[in-house]
Amino acid sequence: MSAFVGKYADELIKNAKYIATPGKGILAADESTGTIGKRLSSINVENMESNRQVLRELLFTSPNALSHLSGVILFEETLYQKTSDGKPFVEVLQENSVLPGIKVDKGTVDIAGTNGETTTQGFDSLGTRCQQYYKAGARFAKWRAVLKIGPNEPSELSIQQNAQGLARYAIICQESGLVPIVEPEVLTDGNHDIGKCAAVTETLLAAVYKALNDHHVLLEGTLLKPNMVAPGSDSPKVAPEVIAELTVRALRRTVPAAVPGIVFLSGGQSEEEATLNLNAMNKLEVLKPWTLSFSFGRALQQSTLKTWAGKKENVAAAQSAFLARCKANSDATLGKYAGGSADGLASESLYVKGYKY
Amino acid sequence: MSAFCGKYQDELIANAAYIGTPGKGILAADESTGTIGKRLASINVENVESNRQALRELLFCTPGALECLSGVILFEETLYQKTASGKPFVDVLKEGGVLPGIKVDKGTVELAGTNGETTTQGLDGLAQRCQQYYSAGARFAKWRAVLKIGPNEPSQLAINENANGLARYAIICQENGLVPIVEPEILVDGSHDIDRCADVTERVLAACYKALNDHHVLLEGTLLKPNMVTPGSDAKKVTPEVIAKYTVRALQRTTPAAVPAIVFLSGGQSEEEATLNLNAMNKLKGKKPWSLSFSFGRALQQSTLKTWAGKEENVKKAQSAFLSRCKANSEATLGTYKGDAAKGEGVSESLHVKDYKY
Repeated sequence: MSAFVGKYADELIKNAKYIATPGKGILAADESTGTIGKRLSSINVENMESNRQVLRELLFTSPNALSHLSGVILFEETLYQKTSDGKPFVEVLQENSVLPGIKVDKGTVDIAGTNGETTTQGFDSLGTRCQQYYKAGARFAKWRAVLKIGPNEPSELSIQQNAQGLARYAIICQESGLVPIVEPEVLTDGNHDIGKCAAVTETLLAAVYKALNDHHVLLEGTLLKPNMVAPGSDSPKVAPEVIAELTVRALRRTVPAAVPGIVFLSGGQSEEEATLNLNAMNKLEVLKPWTLSFSFGRALQQSTLKTWAGKKENVAAAQSAFLARCKANSDATLGKYAGGSADGLASESLYVKGYKY
Repeated sequence: MSAFCGKYQDELIANAAYIGTPGKGILAADESTGTIGKRLASINVENVESNRQALRELLFCTPGALECLSGVILFEETLYQKTASGKPFVDVLKEGGVLPGIKVDKGTVELAGTNGETTTQGLDGLAQRCQQYYSAGARFAKWRAVLKIGPNEPSQLAINENANGLARYAIICQENGLVPIVEPEILVDGSHDIDRCADVTERVLAACYKALNDHHVLLEGTLLKPNMVTPGSDAKKVTPEVIAKYTVRALQRTTPAAVPAIVFLSGGQSEEEATLNLNAMNKLKGKKPWSLSFSFGRALQQSTLKTWAGKEENVKKAQSAFLSRCKANSEATLGTYKGDAAKGEGVSESLHVKDYKY
């Protein structure tokens, strides 16, 4: 057969389509314990479960913020956490029509014989884990594959390994009722120009969709989370319109129309950059058979984090900052963002060389 | 680089987009000498050059027909032929707003160790031949890859070989200014159901687009000529709406939006069946980022041929039949065909020939 149609097929299609609702997007709040530790230490907050719970409660209970979101990706710990008055986070999300998602990969490992290229692990008992997450209320999953641009990178081996890994993860998710977000991230690190990024992105996405087809993945029940096509971090910047044109061209050349939505990662972009680029894509007058939205982590939370600074008295202001970014990105999915929610914090680059999370 | 951008890039993109103009499609008149011989024999006409010329002149000079067409695929001999009054066919087409195309493959050969599966030859000297054809006025090309459905077919070998062949042909065409029509035909022969055809079509198309990407083909300067997704010739028929749904879904799952147009082959379908199926696809609601049109051979010419029967006194009537099919298919590309062309002689006659070789 071509596409596997199991007992969850209709639900997968419905949920994928819902996540791709114009005007909505995803908050990526799935930072692992180690990674969230870095965020908390940047605002001098101790990395304890209670602080991690407080931060996520701040985000999920921001008045009106959830109306701009169709999904939130969670780390496993957070899937089972509650608000301070005892309400499971999953219920907070569900009551506000936000689908809970779950990060299921177990990080990257180096591929021997390459120049620091990686593959992603997490297959062991993945089916069983997905079933447990489904029971706990998760309805979509995320798995991050990472590739880099260099003189000899990405290598054919790295492309094949990561594409195959994404496809195996995707079919296992679909067997267990979770919509797989397929995330093949090409890092921005480097001094390459935007043309190189475009070529690599197209080659990678072509390999990914061939692998998904080989593994019988039902495309209508998936989402794509790619990098935007942009110059390397050490290269001169270009206008959002250029990023939009090359990104959409790359997607038109590789992503089948059966995929309902594309939810971009923000990489090292500042909050404002990410929003302006997404907005430019949605204003572009060219045929786009999938919705273009966001799945932002840092680019939704950065100024919120700084405003909070771990202090209870800052919570309302921090929630205000969070709502502003949610609304800005919601507008960007409709091509209606007019700029201006960018105070100093929102324009801060979030680029970290060799980013591991 | 991902896509090769040579000196013909803009022209390829413009020509591919033009061929996909809504309301227009392609006449596949590229029957090789052997194949056209079979057609002529079926109406008791001798297979000599003058008769081959007379038939093509009948078609290309049908008043009003060229308006329904954006391209005509020619066999090499025809590319250099003229009308009876000495005007090159290529000029007739160009003046009628129709791009001349050229069949460049050299037929199929069997793959050893398979159960009668084939690959297509024609890569030797292809670049030089494309340059010559471009000089002669051709602006697009066609190469037919053939796969079949069976208990163990299509094999991975057949899929890989044919996909790779199509990709090599495509990039060579683009280097030389010809828009490549990519044709991975899955034969209708067999007793399989429509689901099986859908699965195979999706697998084959996924392999084709991976190969095209590997070979740096500029998708915006190509066209796809696939089979429609249907039950096998020995299986129960289904309605045009079902064929439309399965076909469009298969394309949504595999064919990138960068491809401007999809021009279906008619396989063994009758003239009327092919038109009704195309019409149903264009009426279907759903995401179709490419235009859906026709590249029909038999399904445009069958009743015309029968009406002509090789006789000069039948030419006008034959041209009338041809115009009628052209208009019907033009409407079908817009989803507005009402079925009123179904009265021609032979329009509902199946054109299926088992294990068709041409």
